[in-house]
Amino acid sequence: MDIYLPIANLSVNALVIILLGGAVGMLSGMFGVGGGFLTTPLLIFYGIPPTVAAASASTQVTGASVSGVFAHMKRGGVDFQMGAVLVVGGMMGTAAGAAIFEILEALGQIDTVINILYVLMLGSIGGLMAKESLLSVLAVRAGRPLPAAKRRHHPLVASLPMRWRFYRSGLYISPLAPLILGFITGIMTMLLGVGGGFIMVPAMLYLLGMGAQVVVGTSLFQILFVTMASTMMHSLTTKAVDIVLAVFLLIGSVTGAQIGARLAQRMRPEYLRLLLAAIVLLVAIRMALGLGWRPDEIYTVQAL
Amino acid sequence: MRWLLALILAMLPIAAAGQAVPKLVPDVSQRQINIQSGFTGAELLLFGAIIYPRGVAPEGQVDVAVVLRGPARPITLREKRQIAGIWINADSSDFRSVPAYYAIASSRPLSSIVDSKTAAIYELGLDKLQLSPSGEVDAKEQRRFSNGLVDLKQRNGLFRQEAGSVEITDQVLYRARLKIPSSVPVGTYVAETLLIRDGRVIVADDKVEVRVRKTGFEQLVTILAKDYSLFYGTMAVLISLLLGWFAGFIFQRI
Repeated sequence: MDIYLPIANLSVNALVIILLGGAVGMLSGMFGVGGGFLTTPLLIFYGIPPTVAAASASTQVTGASVSGVFAHMKRGGVDFQMGAVLVVGGMMGTAAGAAIFEILEALGQIDTVINILYVLMLGSIGGLMAKESLLSVLAVRAGRPLPAAKRRHHPLVASLPMRWRFYRSGLYISPLAPLILGFITGIMTMLLGVGGGFIMVPAMLYLLGMGAQVVVGTSLFQILFVTMASTMMHSLTTKAVDIVLAVFLLIGSVTGAQIGARLAQRMRPEYLRLLLAAIVLLVAIRMALGLGWRPDEIYTVQAL
Repeated sequence: MRWLLALILAMLPIAAAGQAVPKLVPDVSQRQINIQSGFTGAELLLFGAIIYPRGVAPEGQVDVAVVLRGPARPITLREKRQIAGIWINADSSDFRSVPAYYAIASSRPLSSIVDSKTAAIYELGLDKLQLSPSGEVDAKEQRRFSNGLVDLKQRNGLFRQEAGSVEITDQVLYRARLKIPSSVPVGTYVAETLLIRDGRVIVADDKVEVRVRKTGFEQLVTILAKDYSLFYGTMAVLISLLLGWFAGFIFQRI
């Protein structure tokens, strides 16, 4: 079943897009990440222009995170105060991201920067996750669980001025820390079409030292608003949001997410994290190789 | 006197050909190509008749070339090069008029029906396109960029050159099929037909136009995204919110 994408200006197989959305959705349901980090590169491999891929992927992440936010809200897993600070930072980040996007596009380096950012980000996060989950898998096998890590925030965070109390997160820290974190993920969202959950969650846990019970919900809350902002920003600046593409991705991913969430309940969390780490690392390696391989197209056309 | 007579006699057919030029009656199978949700490309039939003076086809072979050309646009072409192990865009060159689409079909290979000067005048063939490069002065470098552009467009199916795909029946009727890929840009396309004999273009007709446009939903989406981007963005956000919420709602009941 072929379908014409009015903004990308080409026709694609709708089934491929739905399955792609479904596979990514399943992962996001299993691991609680938005899955944008997989959608954008996969769409680019499939031949969608990078800008349209990033813009439409962020629209898709919005839809994929809605039901998660509601679910976490019901059981009190969202720190709205912390979320609001993150969102404000995120909005500023998308605005800055839009400006960076425009500059890079004019220089003709947007694709390279997107690729390098992906390699760096996925490589480092994937490596950290792989190490952590391998250790815990080994510990479980040996029959002696790792001692629970002591929860406390990074000394750098403690040195920031002006402290607020975040009751639900159980923190007394400067709002500047989450503001900066939100800002960075906002830029990422705009440039890469990712929600930033897999940066946000570890950063909240290990940098801010937030309580584990509110981390995922608050991160989803922030992702929801920041991807909404980046969809708007892309609509206004790059005009690259392809609603048809986003809807087909969503049909796949919202279904996949529910299946994934059910699968996740049957799996051991350590193995689940190890699997996610392996996937993240694979994508990172593929993209790193892509940078060094001679590309299929040496020339690219940009309309003036 | 005899040589003069011989000369006059020798010139007669040329003069006759010059005075009574055949007429072309070209047409296309579709004056309008509509891009809709199921659009996967199109095939255009360019056909027509050659009307000779006094209805007599001349001795010898005639050749026909048909050209379909999309609107010309200025572009920047970027070239990737491996720098520090990474392939990044290094050089670039501007072209002021690159046709969005260009397809040429001819009854025989172009090189055997026209000489290269004529081909250049009428822009017959991918290597004869006037792309109007600007900025770059070095001719060799310019050549490299032009070749790269033509090669890229050719592999995208937006530039085509098909020799031998024009069929001529009884020296009078001709027809050719041209493929148009789904990634074709919108705009007004011009179909040109050229009648060629003895290496010269005898008649050329470029009055046939084909409009490529998005219709219905696809047109609406494009217009909204371009001219009403605030509304479009809001709609995109609302649709994704609704779909996500709706799916969560349904799956909770299952």
